[in-house]
Amino acid sequence: MVKLGGVAIQGYGGYIPRYRIKAEEIGRMWGQDKSGFPVAEKTVAGIDEDAATMAVEAARIALRRAGIDPRRIGAVYVGSESKPYAVKPTGTIVAEAIGASPTKLAADLEFACKAGSEAMAIIIGLIRSGQVEYGLAIGADTAQGRPGDALEYTAASGAAAFILGKTDHRAVAEIEAWSGYATDTPDFWRRPGDKYPMHTARFTGEPAYFKHIIGAVQSLLENDGYTLNEIDYVVFHQPNVKFPLAVAKYLKVGQEKVSPGLIANSVGNTYSACSLLGLVNVLDQAQPGQRILVASYGSGAGSDAFVLRVLDGILEKRDLAPKLAEFIENKIYIDYSTYLKLRDEILVR
Amino acid sequence: MRVPGYWRNMSFLYRLAGWKCVHCGAFHHYKPVVCRRCRSKEFAQVELPGSGRLIAYTVVRSPPKEFERCAPYAIGLIELEDGTKILSQLTDFKENELRDDIRVEAVFRRVRINGEQGIIEYGYKFRPALSQS
Repeated sequence: MVKLGGVAIQGYGGYIPRYRIKAEEIGRMWGQDKSGFPVAEKTVAGIDEDAATMAVEAARIALRRAGIDPRRIGAVYVGSESKPYAVKPTGTIVAEAIGASPTKLAADLEFACKAGSEAMAIIIGLIRSGQVEYGLAIGADTAQGRPGDALEYTAASGAAAFILGKTDHRAVAEIEAWSGYATDTPDFWRRPGDKYPMHTARFTGEPAYFKHIIGAVQSLLENDGYTLNEIDYVVFHQPNVKFPLAVAKYLKVGQEKVSPGLIANSVGNTYSACSLLGLVNVLDQAQPGQRILVASYGSGAGSDAFVLRVLDGILEKRDLAPKLAEFIENKIYIDYSTYLKLRDEILVR
Repeated sequence: MRVPGYWRNMSFLYRLAGWKCVHCGAFHHYKPVVCRRCRSKEFAQVELPGSGRLIAYTVVRSPPKEFERCAPYAIGLIELEDGTKILSQLTDFKENELRDDIRVEAVFRRVRINGEQGIIEYGYKFRPALSQS
């Protein structure tokens, strides 16, 4: 448990690419002509997109909402497991592209799907200690799924960015508390140089996803004295549609609190951006005074849970930039062969 | 592009930022010693607007080798909101969306990848604007 107060989201932005592939199109390729796919469709990055470009798009939206001089941003942390360079920070590319360069700090973080929320936790500490005035936390991924693997139906692309600063009358939402829960759990990994991750199928559920999310949420609720009745929206990491609904059922949270932040069915699993894009979608519709519980999950494994209270600034800032729903609706469907081209699976010599 | 050249052009490629001559208004991608038009030595840093309208375009189906992966792709002549005209690759379009006078907006994209080991060159491209109104 970390009691906070004083640190708030000043600007937020979500970005997803325009291309979509339906699960049934992937299923057609592999002879899985059945219903019950984990999501209906997923986003696919364009041929000229990667985690850095999407991080920049999300950051630009966040900056438009924050309305600050980007040179006041002292730290840029990008959480991703698909960074374009093995060595060379994505954070410096983002900082240069939004006019924040030079920053004091800029680094890339990796913790599977929770590196973006980990970036938020680090920046909260930097702001509270007075080391930076504003910090930019981003989760961005072009997720990898081996052709034919179960992950191929869900591994998607997107980015979410949050500019954090001290709470003031223009803030969007105050981060009231957070808690983390991490253990060595080998449910999903990728070795250096490998293109695709490995996973342990059903082992990814009970001892991994559920244990860590429930652990983080319960410690937050118990230590900070919240009850779920005080929470208006709940966002869980969403590798598919089923898992977050199962956590909600376990915690006895009504589906009406989960649905506004549950976008996996039309977006897929955007890995480091996943739960944060759910938060973006909730901020696009929440009202001042409402509380949001967000819990990320990263394989390997860990979860960060945050409680946010929406502030009056949301009313002024929300419409300063495109909402996530506009990107979700603005789509181009592609077939499997185009998907292979965009995912760089066709060798061109 | 060689790395130093890419690095020098970064603020323009990333943000459409450059230097405008205080005396004659000529735009320079990076800060020159003297204005190429009027020889002045006074410049102001400016960012060009990131949106405008498409004046004309062509679709490239026989690309140079370095852009083979992206074919077919489109090149557009764009008039930005301040009247500046700029050539740019277009992205994220359905071919039937491309027509003269549509609103377009700048996005940040990979422009060129220098093989397996070279630098990734990022920069601006333009897409049809999310809102055409």
